[in-house]
Amino acid sequence: MRWGMTIDLDRCNGCEACVVACRAENNVPTVGEEDCEKGRMMSWMRVERYWEGEFPDVKARFMPVLCQQCDEAPCEPVCPVYATYHSSDGLNIQVHNRCIGTRFCANACPYTARAFNWFDYKWDAPLDQQLNPEVSVRSRGMMEKCTFCVQRIRGAQIKAEDGKTTVKDGDVQPACAQSCPSEAIVFGDLDDPTSRASRMSTSGRAFRLLEDLGTKPKVIYLKPVDWNTSQEKESAS
Amino acid sequence: MSESTTARPALVTRAGISNDRIIGDLLRPIVETGAAFWTAIGVCSLFMAWAMFCWGYQIYYGIGVTGYNRTSMWGLYEVNFVFWVGISHAGTLISAILRVTDASWRRPITRAAECITVFALMIGPMFVLIHLGRVWDFYWVVPYPNSRGLWPNFRSPLLWDFTCINSYLLGSITYLYLPMIPDLAAIRDAAENRLGPVRRKLYRILSLGWQGTSRQWSLLERSITIMAAIIMPLAVSVHTVVSWIFAMTLQPMWNSTIFGPYFVVGAIFSGIAAVLAALYVIRWVLHLEAYIEPVHFDNLGLLLLVFSLLWGYFTFSEYLTPWYAHQTAEMAVMHHRMFGYYAPFFWTMLACCLPIPLALLVGRRTPAKTCMASLSVLVGMWIERFLIVAGTLTRPRLTFNWHAYHPSWVEVSITVGAFAYFIFLYLVFIKFFPIVAIWEYKVDRGLAAQENVS
Repeated sequence: MRWGMTIDLDRCNGCEACVVACRAENNVPTVGEEDCEKGRMMSWMRVERYWEGEFPDVKARFMPVLCQQCDEAPCEPVCPVYATYHSSDGLNIQVHNRCIGTRFCANACPYTARAFNWFDYKWDAPLDQQLNPEVSVRSRGMMEKCTFCVQRIRGAQIKAEDGKTTVKDGDVQPACAQSCPSEAIVFGDLDDPTSRASRMSTSGRAFRLLEDLGTKPKVIYLKPVDWNTSQEKESAS
Repeated sequence: MSESTTARPALVTRAGISNDRIIGDLLRPIVETGAAFWTAIGVCSLFMAWAMFCWGYQIYYGIGVTGYNRTSMWGLYEVNFVFWVGISHAGTLISAILRVTDASWRRPITRAAECITVFALMIGPMFVLIHLGRVWDFYWVVPYPNSRGLWPNFRSPLLWDFTCINSYLLGSITYLYLPMIPDLAAIRDAAENRLGPVRRKLYRILSLGWQGTSRQWSLLERSITIMAAIIMPLAVSVHTVVSWIFAMTLQPMWNSTIFGPYFVVGAIFSGIAAVLAALYVIRWVLHLEAYIEPVHFDNLGLLLLVFSLLWGYFTFSEYLTPWYAHQTAEMAVMHHRMFGYYAPFFWTMLACCLPIPLALLVGRRTPAKTCMASLSVLVGMWIERFLIVAGTLTRPRLTFNWHAYHPSWVEVSITVGAFAYFIFLYLVFIKFFPIVAIWEYKVDRGLAAQENVS
């Protein structure tokens, strides 16, 4: 079992529904305007927007970035208290209550995927009434990040423990995949060659973010890259 | 003591200073306290109190009161941590090397240097606590059987750091204390009636019943030599591990094999500078011109000069290799440091660490000139650490996340408070212990050290 995700960038239109869904599912607070300006935006998933080309021929490119759930995660060995570690099913686990806030993991992460609780955050009414009871609310001084909605994965696994059912492909969906209107995000077991995510990950368009670093991410992006002419095309079009 | 001087004519050293004057001069700060001392203590305490308030404020509200953000998860606190741990390399390492190589000129300055180590090591690691998000749980990194059923992660460079620094601190305290025993006995004997009952008891306990027998002397010499030998590899390991906190990550301009030795050289460099600056102040304030002589500034200045060149060589290598490799992420950081937002800092650092000390230290190294060079080096080395931390973190690999870092008043206050704390500790130390090792000074001057306690 190796949970993974494919994100089809050709389908992504940058609507940020995944970001909102993630926030609601995982009790991710909003930090307010002032802190946002200081670069403290709290989100487990963000849609990075890049501009390509020169004005007026510009194109906006969108790339949802979340924890890449690396197989060789740089964040894991550096945590002195095992607040982040690798689970047997390949998840890059973050134990919020075990974190003492050295922030070493965030500095080791090449994807800037981790977010820190700079303060104790409050939810404005009525948002404080809709917190997800499955996910702990974090206090100040803790690191947090995308968990691949581990509560949903474990929920499905516990359900399957009666022996009559098994966790089938598509049974588990993180909030982002569930809410993506263009179905750009697919979640599944990368060790199962028949799973949708597994099949998509072998596509010719597949690449991994900063894959030359050797972190072996389990988030796979799909986007054709024309290495020879991409530069020329950009400027010509 | 008084018996021996009345029974025999006063012993006169080669330098023409009598035994009585040595004891008098070197013990004066302990038995006499002036208004200047209390003023300095008061000013330092004010800064420390304000810094402590700031830390309390930060614990109450969260790390958000600093200027940190999602990319700059580390900032001034880590800069200060590396800076102070660097300063700690001053004393003990220098004194151990000079002791092992038997450089006799070291004798009057070893203690002034060694206590810098201890104090810097009390301050540097403090910043590790200050920077923790949940400092109240800091003991979770301590390996002990606990109710959580969990050991700390021994793969983490932070844990190596915790181990290294604690060993180094314990070793340094021991190494500071051992050579002080005969002096403590000297205070016990010489200043008996000039001290209050509490302090008299303190010296009686701390001098461990020192009688100055030849057996005691040989045991002392042996333990000092053993400690000197232990301290040197420890000191090297400490700053290597500090560098590994950065080098063991994948971050551009951090992930570098040269970082270990580069940090060690930088640490000794700034350490020598700290010793020189401290010696200059002590000499001036306590009127110890007869004990801390121009030769000490000359020799230490020469050492500073050598390390300035070494540092220059390491910095050149550190920047030239990634420049040639020209990887995108590394170039972004390097450009940011050298020609971008941090360019003024970068070039100030370079000027402070290379041309300025070189100009001041080549030729006649007077105390004033070496002191100026030291201050310049200290400024330069602080900036170097700042550039390492902030220069890399503000330029992460995914360019969407680039963000500036501006320290807040809380961080600045605590930084200033740390300097005040250092001066405070130094002042208190001078009030309780002779800053120039009396017996070592006498040995140096051809006076039998044993004369000191009869």
